[in-house]
Amino acid sequence: MKSRHKKLALIVLVLAALGIAAALVLNAFQSNLVFFFSPTQVANGEAPTGRAFRIGGLVEAGSIQRQPDGLSVHFVVTDTARTIPVIYTGILPDLFKEGKGVVAEGRLGGDGVFTATQVLAKHDENYMPPEAAHAVEQAQKAQQTVVE
Amino acid sequence: MIPELGHFALILGLLLALTQSVLPLVGAQRGNRTLMAVARPAAQGQFVFVALAFGCLAWSFLANDFSVLNVARNSYSRLPEVYRLTATWGSHEGSMLLWVLILAFWSTAVAVFSRHLPEDMVARVLGIMGLVSVGFLAFLLTTSNPFTRLVPAAPDGSDLNPLLQDWGMILHPPMLYMGYVGFAVAFAFAIAALLSGKLDAAWARWSRPWTTVAWAFLTMGIVLGSWWAYRELGWGGWWFWDPTENASFMPWIAGTALIHSLAVTEKRGAFKAWTVLLALLTFSLSLLGTFLVRSGVLSSVHAFATDPARGAFILGFLAVVIGGSLVLYAWRAPKMITGGGFSWFSRESLLLANNVILVAALGAVLLGTLYPLFMDAMGLGKISVGPPYFNAVFVPLMAPALFLMGVGPLVRWKEGSLPDAFTRLKWALAVAVVAALLLPLTVDGFKPWASLGFFLAAWITLAVAAAFRDRLRHGSGSTGQKLRSVPRGFWGMQLAHFGVAVGIAGIAVVANYQSERDVRMDVGSYAELAGYTFTFRGAVEYDGPNYRAARGTVEVSRNGASIVTLHPEKRLYNASGMAMTEASVHPNLFRDIYVAMGEQLDEQGAWSVRLFHKPLINWLWLGAAFMVVGGFLAASDRRYRIALRRSEVPRGLAAQGAAA
Repeated sequence: MKSRHKKLALIVLVLAALGIAAALVLNAFQSNLVFFFSPTQVANGEAPTGRAFRIGGLVEAGSIQRQPDGLSVHFVVTDTARTIPVIYTGILPDLFKEGKGVVAEGRLGGDGVFTATQVLAKHDENYMPPEAAHAVEQAQKAQQTVVE
Repeated sequence: MIPELGHFALILGLLLALTQSVLPLVGAQRGNRTLMAVARPAAQGQFVFVALAFGCLAWSFLANDFSVLNVARNSYSRLPEVYRLTATWGSHEGSMLLWVLILAFWSTAVAVFSRHLPEDMVARVLGIMGLVSVGFLAFLLTTSNPFTRLVPAAPDGSDLNPLLQDWGMILHPPMLYMGYVGFAVAFAFAIAALLSGKLDAAWARWSRPWTTVAWAFLTMGIVLGSWWAYRELGWGGWWFWDPTENASFMPWIAGTALIHSLAVTEKRGAFKAWTVLLALLTFSLSLLGTFLVRSGVLSSVHAFATDPARGAFILGFLAVVIGGSLVLYAWRAPKMITGGGFSWFSRESLLLANNVILVAALGAVLLGTLYPLFMDAMGLGKISVGPPYFNAVFVPLMAPALFLMGVGPLVRWKEGSLPDAFTRLKWALAVAVVAALLLPLTVDGFKPWASLGFFLAAWITLAVAAAFRDRLRHGSGSTGQKLRSVPRGFWGMQLAHFGVAVGIAGIAVVANYQSERDVRMDVGSYAELAGYTFTFRGAVEYDGPNYRAARGTVEVSRNGASIVTLHPEKRLYNASGMAMTEASVHPNLFRDIYVAMGEQLDEQGAWSVRLFHKPLINWLWLGAAFMVVGGFLAASDRRYRIALRRSEVPRGLAAQGAAA
């Protein structure tokens, strides 16, 4: 094959591969990006209802209620300004505690209850999931501006 | 005293690294043999002093010297001795010291095993590695000194993170760094070749065994990390597409592309510019991985911004290395003369396809890893890119590459023949298709992704067999003699490819047919999963060396026959107050039974328990082990040593001539 043809074939091959990759990426990106909302944002109706997203904040003290089946748990996530009730079925991570930071992924029901499919609490007693810290920080900032 | 000695040794190491980089590089540029000759002793000296520093830190940990901040933060008087030793690299400072130690080790290895290389090449390679070392030693000494004293000394340490108290985590960082830093050798060879302008096939041949060994180490490091996560995190997953994992996976993808591209450059003299670029990219991604994990940017972009010294240093270093090498590349690459041409169907074109696909997959992983960081840094909202994205992109991209993997080794260089390849592989193709259709039914119903996995695994395995059949058909002598004459490079490649097939089979089965249950278990109650019966016999409390634990007893039986009694634990570590799930696993070649404790539910001793049945999961580790052994085997091929002898002959003759 002539070198000019070879180069052309090469360019076509590379472009085709990149095109396929780009198509896959964009398609997957569209459907798989998980956005994060703080309890305040959820309360303000900014969060989508038909789509999974993440919430974060602190597990409100005294809010953990274990259901009779032993595996379903109700708890409340707060950013110190607003709260969201959460339902989760399954084993919670080791560091899930009242008053500690938590991030949960799931969907918001019509009744305003967040059904979590995944609860994340990272492995370090003092560590705060960054999203949770962010939510609390934002809420406190907002409150301060209101006071001022 | 000992920590100060270590600190001092580290400073001497930095001075030697400066010597190792500046003098030989200047010497190589000016053709001054005296300056070039400094490279080897300086590299060896640097290794001695960095090793001394590392030894001093290890001693501080073993001796429980809590007047050293690093020890006070990451160790504990009642921590078992082996973990006190490994806590040396459990912290940020210690792991960076390990990084530098391994770099010094690789430099010394190059100094020792490079007798056959031209002096200016050795001087440049060691000089570049010295520069990298200077960067990291300066980073350690200015921002992350592992020997900083704590005044007054702490009465006791705050313990090593319990997650790191495990064999997988002991071996994971050294192996991972052997890989990361090993790519510094390939990088140094590429830069040296660019500086000298001699980009011939010899350069690729010298660089190849080093790159393959680094790749094998990185493979081992990644798999150890995965194995650790599987057993230690208590969630039964072995790959989460977490940014920390992606940080080590990206250099691996680039490195895989590199070892294939180097093969073309060595054998055919083609793809030179591309191979050099990949070598630069691979090491840059190793540095990026270090930056992502070590700067704190992953846990929070803002934490990085508020305590910027470490992150800014690595980011700056990254910019200098990537920017500098790309400028050099842009200046020198156009002068490279490319090698022989090849037809559209040849070993070269198939390896080119391999490279294009791997780089596209790399781009997808890079995007998914960095995009959330970028969005966050720009204040455009917090998002996360989870496993669904990576699976949706990575699997379809890699499938064609894996298919071509079966064809590539059977096709000739320069000019292959499609009908010929078809003749040799038609049976493999037919059997693989049958396997794809029938094997899923023998497991637990037809699933398309599992079917694809079976097809690829069978296809690659049969293609490996076909390649050996070809080898044995030609030549004379008995089968045993023929097998012995097969070079190690060929064995290594086929073993690694077979390892990929085994791994794919494992992934296909475990991802599609695993089962799990979270159950409430009262004492004496039982649960069923995948044909196994799990009976809970309660949990008892006991004291470990540095923790208290509830130790459960779960009897596993199948059809009434007892199989094993498992003891999962829930531990509470004394010093840190951290809770830890210690899963209990019963492995065999065909499945793992995995039990993890949740939490105690009532006063009668009921617990929430997580049960897993993981079919074929161990094929994953087994396949990776084949890949690692294959890598080492290929790197030990006689060809690389013959090259050594050949180049020594003229020098020997010249010496004789001079004597006569």
